Amino acid sequence: MRVPCPHCGERDVSEFRYGGDATRQRPGHGTGDLKAWHDYYFTFDNPKGPHTEYWQHVLGCRQWFKLARNTATNDISGVVE
Amino acid sequence: MAKGYSIFSLLRHALKPDSPWPMAWEKPEPKSSYDVVIIGGGGHGLATAYYLAKNHGITNVAVLERSYVGSGNVGRNTTLIRSNYVIDGNTQFFEHSMKLWEGLSHELNYNCMVSHRGQIVLGVSPVQMDVFARRGNIMRLNGIDAELLDRGDVQKLLPYLDYSKDARFPIWGAIHQPRAGTVRHDAVAWGYARAASQLGVHIIENCEVTGMVMDGDKITGVETSRGRINAGKVGIAVAGHSSHVAKMAGLKLPVESHILQAFVTEAVKPIVHHVVSWGAELFYLSQSDKGSLVFGGHIDGFNTYTQRGQLFKIRDVMEGAVSLMPFMSRMRLLRHWGGIQDMTPDGAPFICRTPVRNLYLNGGWCYQGFKATPASGWTYAHTIANDEEHELNRCYSLDRFEKGSELDDYGIGNWTYKQ
Repeated sequence: MRVPCPHCGERDVSEFRYGGDATRQRPGHGTGDLKAWHDYYFTFDNPKGPHTEYWQHVLGCRQWFKLARNTATNDISGVVE
Repeated sequence: MAKGYSIFSLLRHALKPDSPWPMAWEKPEPKSSYDVVIIGGGGHGLATAYYLAKNHGITNVAVLERSYVGSGNVGRNTTLIRSNYVIDGNTQFFEHSMKLWEGLSHELNYNCMVSHRGQIVLGVSPVQMDVFARRGNIMRLNGIDAELLDRGDVQKLLPYLDYSKDARFPIWGAIHQPRAGTVRHDAVAWGYARAASQLGVHIIENCEVTGMVMDGDKITGVETSRGRINAGKVGIAVAGHSSHVAKMAGLKLPVESHILQAFVTEAVKPIVHHVVSWGAELFYLSQSDKGSLVFGGHIDGFNTYTQRGQLFKIRDVMEGAVSLMPFMSRMRLLRHWGGIQDMTPDGAPFICRTPVRNLYLNGGWCYQGFKATPASGWTYAHTIANDEEHELNRCYSLDRFEKGSELDDYGIGNWTYKQ
């Protein structure tokens, strides 16, 4: 798999680190009960299909960015702004 | 259908070569309704159906398999069994599984080729040897076999490792569980399928579940590619796809699906007589009866359902292999493949009730699904039959993170697989 870094261009996936689902909303500080924090921290949509996720170019520019990838095929449709 | 396999049935078929062996399990058409429907015809689903019929007398059971029996992770693992866990809950559960492995071929009248060749986990520092001593003590207090080996002992048992001064990770010793070993994984699926079928369980292949039929907060059946099937109770046993199936019932699980690769070399003469694991990096290897070295390492590190591994992880695992066993540098890799597994925050599984009434969950197996197969089916059947967890799987509940009762066997907190 090749990952398009918005800064360095397309590189091998081994240069990157996966950072999880980028659509999850963190409850605001001082808000939400334990259940809300549990759901935020421990549960995942984990879809079989389109997924927007964080990646970091750890062995390159070290930039974090959002990527749109299909988890059923590993097809990458591009960087999400 | 074949009733019993024995020396006599073998002789009878040898003398009459034109009489074919009967099918190992029946292939019935699905009925419109069952007492219990198990989703997933892998090792865990089939074992659950078998123990539902055998231990609890519930025989009006269907196992629905999207593809064919044994096409998923029960045929994709590295076939290792062991019970060297540290945390209360895990320790007892996996030892129960080990005890069931010990009698499984007789229980199922099917040769599962259970081989207690022993597992040797190599320690690469004095600190790691202290950790192993603690682990061994916990195991022995629970009646599980464990012994510490020093460097000299290891050198006698495993003379092919790198003991040179230049070894990147010098070997200090090991912890040995003699009863650990390997099992022929396909035979586990086929043996449970055949034994369950003989007790009246319907095994329905090529039948994909596409939706859940709900009545308020209760599940009453499933929609499948072969029509609707009503069910008194529904059990999910589809590890790898747990999130995908549970979502049909409106559940969001503490699970991410990741790919784990496994590797097989060309066959060579017997050299590795144990299961060998390594303390420096997650690496485990055994030699199959055909002579191939079967081994694996970590997950690739990002969520995917593709069953296709990435090249960089192949390279990582090969580097580990050659660093530990230099002779492997001249061997050729024959095959490699991937399996999708549920990764959970604490590395422990779920065998439990769910917030949906009459819907049960078995999943989240991380790296350890295969060795757990018999105990998983045994406790899951108990949970479904009694609508209550057994003492052995009470700790594997879905709400353990809310309650702060994680089973952190590595002792380094949540998300070990992300560190």
